[in-house]
Amino acid sequence: MIDVNLMIENFPTFLGGGSGEPVLSTTDGLILTLELLFYSLVGGLLLSIPLGLMRVSKNRLVASAVWLYTYVFRGTPMLVQLFIIYYGLSQFQVVRDSWTWEYLQEAYFCALLAFTLNTAAYTTEIIAGQIRNTHWGEIEAAKAMGMSKWLMMRRIIIPAALRRALPAYSNEVVMMLQGTSIAGLVTLADVTGVARRIYSDTYMPFEPFLMAGLIYLAFTFLFVWLFKLAERRWLAYLAPRKH
Amino acid sequence: MFLQGYLPSILEGAALTLEVAAASLVVSVFLGLVGAMFKMAHSRALVWLAELYSTVVRGVPDLVWMFLLFFGGQMLINDLAERLGWAAPEINPMIAGILTIGFIFGAYMTETFRGAIMSVPKGQMEAGLAYGMSPLRVFFRVTAPQMVRFALPSFSNNWLVLVKSTALVSVIGLNDMMYKADTAKSITQEPFTVYMVVAAIYLLITTVSIVALNALNKRYSTGVRESEL
Repeated sequence: MIDVNLMIENFPTFLGGGSGEPVLSTTDGLILTLELLFYSLVGGLLLSIPLGLMRVSKNRLVASAVWLYTYVFRGTPMLVQLFIIYYGLSQFQVVRDSWTWEYLQEAYFCALLAFTLNTAAYTTEIIAGQIRNTHWGEIEAAKAMGMSKWLMMRRIIIPAALRRALPAYSNEVVMMLQGTSIAGLVTLADVTGVARRIYSDTYMPFEPFLMAGLIYLAFTFLFVWLFKLAERRWLAYLAPRKH
Repeated sequence: MFLQGYLPSILEGAALTLEVAAASLVVSVFLGLVGAMFKMAHSRALVWLAELYSTVVRGVPDLVWMFLLFFGGQMLINDLAERLGWAAPEINPMIAGILTIGFIFGAYMTETFRGAIMSVPKGQMEAGLAYGMSPLRVFFRVTAPQMVRFALPSFSNNWLVLVKSTALVSVIGLNDMMYKADTAKSITQEPFTVYMVVAAIYLLITTVSIVALNALNKRYSTGVRESEL
């Protein structure tokens, strides 16, 4: 029933190679998925550190503005966010006339923007939660050493919070890997998009989607394993005692 | 007129989205309970099966599952009908969507319920068995009421993710909110307004869910002592 040969034959297509028919360019498929994932995670992480600090700020206005951002982005589907950016922004003449239009009319940049803003919202909450979790003793010790607020943030609070955020962040990375599959719904040919194109060429549903599923599964395992290594390296002091 | 009168149509879609979400929740709770029981069963095969289910399902995107189960399932059913000499049956996308989402979130619920059941002190179940209750009765009278408190936080999270996943069901032909929005977008030429309305409705659903689940959590945590630093 399932033609394994067809799966093997089509495998290079997922890597952007092969007969090339269902694929638009050599960077489609797996490379596009990983590219979208990598850039949005880096962008999201860079945004979420300052946002996380603002989220725990004593300034009510700043803290609630960031809360509103994370609440809205975590409370709506990423697909809706992507559609608002990709289809929605074209409603405004101002946007279409500005320099940003060059990027905003391209599905690739819209997907990147939507994914980055989405993961930044989740990561901000993870980091803010860990900053709040800092043990009071560490803060008092830093103050007793005469550290200024920013020195304390830079040397004590943020490094420790980022370490403790690792387990929750690994979940976020896996969720984002799977989240990138919606890129196919705005014309992009990521792993899921390639599978859909093979399906519409061959009308064989099992082979392409099983292959896509296996690719996602393999990368999920890879990321989980990498984070386990990272936790062993940076979170060893929190691991349960083994002897 | 706001959105050229397309608002009622989007609201209709929202009702269908909610229906799909609620029905898939029922399916996922059922599969989650079965999965959790399998995981704690004495049979190696059952444990392995449940482990495979919860790992594989959670490692593959919802969208891929939907394509795989919907298109694949359709082909299987057509094949089967052909071999039996029947006419190819029409597959109801509503039922297909509900079963697919239920199947995916059953894997998440498996983990939720397994953790919750393990958090109930073992003596409680043993006492029930010692009274001569059947294992099923022990589950419903003793384990279930006590595990709710442990399951709720993760259950709430799963429900919120499930609701957001329903945004994908229009790809398999359901006339949900996203489908209606797509029609409204093409006709009104106001894509931003249309999708902002959709986002607002989703936000309303998640907000109401959070408030309700917090109240439920409070109710089930009655009498639990909390210590503060």
